[in-house]
Amino acid sequence: MKCDLCQTEKATVFFSQVADGKLQKVNLCKKCADEKGVTDPTGFALADMLEGMGEQSQTEVATLDSEEPSCPSCGFTQSDFKKTGRFGCADCYHVFDEGLDGLLEAMHKHTQHVGKTPASFPDLPDLPDLPDLQGLQDIQDISESVSTPAPPEETEPGPLNKLSELKKALSKSVEDEDYEEAARLRDAISQLESQIRDS
Amino acid sequence: MRFSTLLKNPAEWMRTPGPESDIVITSRVRLARNLTGHPFPGWARKEDRLTVMEEIRLPLESIAEMKDSFSEEMTKLSAIQKQVLVERHLISREHAAKGIGCGTVMNRKQTISVMINEEDHLRMQAIRPGLQLLAAYRSLDQIDSTLEADLPYAFDHQYGYLTACPTNLGTGMRSSAMLHLPGLVLSEQINQTIQGANKIGLAVRGLYGEGTEALANLFQISNQNTLGTDEQEIIEHLNRVITQLIENEKNARMKILEDRPTMMQDQIGRAYAVLKHAHIITSKEALNYLSMIRLGCDLKFVPEEERETINVLLTEIQPAHLQISAKRNLTPEERDILRADIIRTSLNRLTPPDFSTILNDREIEDDE
Repeated sequence: MKCDLCQTEKATVFFSQVADGKLQKVNLCKKCADEKGVTDPTGFALADMLEGMGEQSQTEVATLDSEEPSCPSCGFTQSDFKKTGRFGCADCYHVFDEGLDGLLEAMHKHTQHVGKTPASFPDLPDLPDLPDLQGLQDIQDISESVSTPAPPEETEPGPLNKLSELKKALSKSVEDEDYEEAARLRDAISQLESQIRDS
Repeated sequence: MRFSTLLKNPAEWMRTPGPESDIVITSRVRLARNLTGHPFPGWARKEDRLTVMEEIRLPLESIAEMKDSFSEEMTKLSAIQKQVLVERHLISREHAAKGIGCGTVMNRKQTISVMINEEDHLRMQAIRPGLQLLAAYRSLDQIDSTLEADLPYAFDHQYGYLTACPTNLGTGMRSSAMLHLPGLVLSEQINQTIQGANKIGLAVRGLYGEGTEALANLFQISNQNTLGTDEQEIIEHLNRVITQLIENEKNARMKILEDRPTMMQDQIGRAYAVLKHAHIITSKEALNYLSMIRLGCDLKFVPEEERETINVLLTEIQPAHLQISAKRNLTPEERDILRADIIRTSLNRLTPPDFSTILNDREIEDDE
């Protein structure tokens, strides 16, 4: 049996997993398994990844036969992803975004980028997953506990703005070596982040 | 700058000590970036890669920090030259295998190095001596911000910087530190430590990254997750863990000195004897003994000044460096001989380890 990933070496590492009542199998050669960290207990992201993508491409192969959807920009297909674990170009992320969140959740425990944004990308253009009113209420509660209370009517701070404010405050407190404050801010940030995610 | 100039200057991190540099050898941060409108290098045709390389090189070389840089296409470098860059941690092993349309740019001090068309269009790295992850990140961040004005980065508000492999999405940042942990190895706590780090989302690897053996008791610890946490928090988390590891390593060393001082003396003394007198020595053997001499420096059995010699030797005795210094290809057997020669010469002023502190303690105990 050939390795599912490189398709050349003999598969010697076998994974089985029951998901949604269905048995899924991934077969890898020693080299790919080591490379992808599958043998390491935290490395199951790859298995999840292969399960997720594999299932989709199989159904597609079944219904569409050889007419597999491909990226209009670069011609990349899902089977290519299954083979390499890499995408073909930046546009592939939108072409193959189905099931991507599950894969990212398994890899990173998160699906939303926070951190540096290139200056040419305007901040927060669309906020599809904005928290509802309940979320805003919680965020204000945090903002009060974080010592920079702003009257809610005045600014209506979006949670993402609040987040970036908190992060600025955190950087400052770290620079000032005020670690107690920094720890408090850090906890407030992670709470806020999980609210934004969950909402 | 020419390759020979690059070679003559040992990397800055080898010569200048940094914070915690008894245990933390280097701090490295790398950022992965891609350009819109071009396939990622692994999926690109030759022409695409060449276009991207041309697009990137000019703005990169004109950054002030990269003035008088070493900048070369991979096809123009010999196998040994590429291997030298790998041994200096300036390019990855994967990049060394690359050909047409791939390039490498680095500054004179070898503190910043950029791989063009490795797995991503841009892989930029900053390296600093000791524990200085944030400083390394800041220097790289500046270069990144300058470049983004000239280069159309592939970015998405949900996924962050778009990378060939989804494991790098988000910040595209991997921060890592190279730690010297002989105490945890000798006290057999290292596997536990590695598993612990894995559990909290950090990877621990050997000297040359993924899939390489831990030689010289050197371990690289790095963040795995890049999406959903910002750069500063990723680095702070890693910093906290490293600070704890330093503490554990120091405790392990003290415990060995207390419980098994003779074993410690034997390990360091044996390393001294072999390195001073061997005429044939393999890379692995040499690295492991150099690690013991380094430990001897930390514990003050060996003069502090030797630490720099050891740092330089760790790189200089690697296969490609040896062949560059011999100016010809060497068989493994020839390398083992040359390696032993170089080590004996470098350590010729090294006096036998002075264990009087341990011996005094022992006498005091005997008196009691």
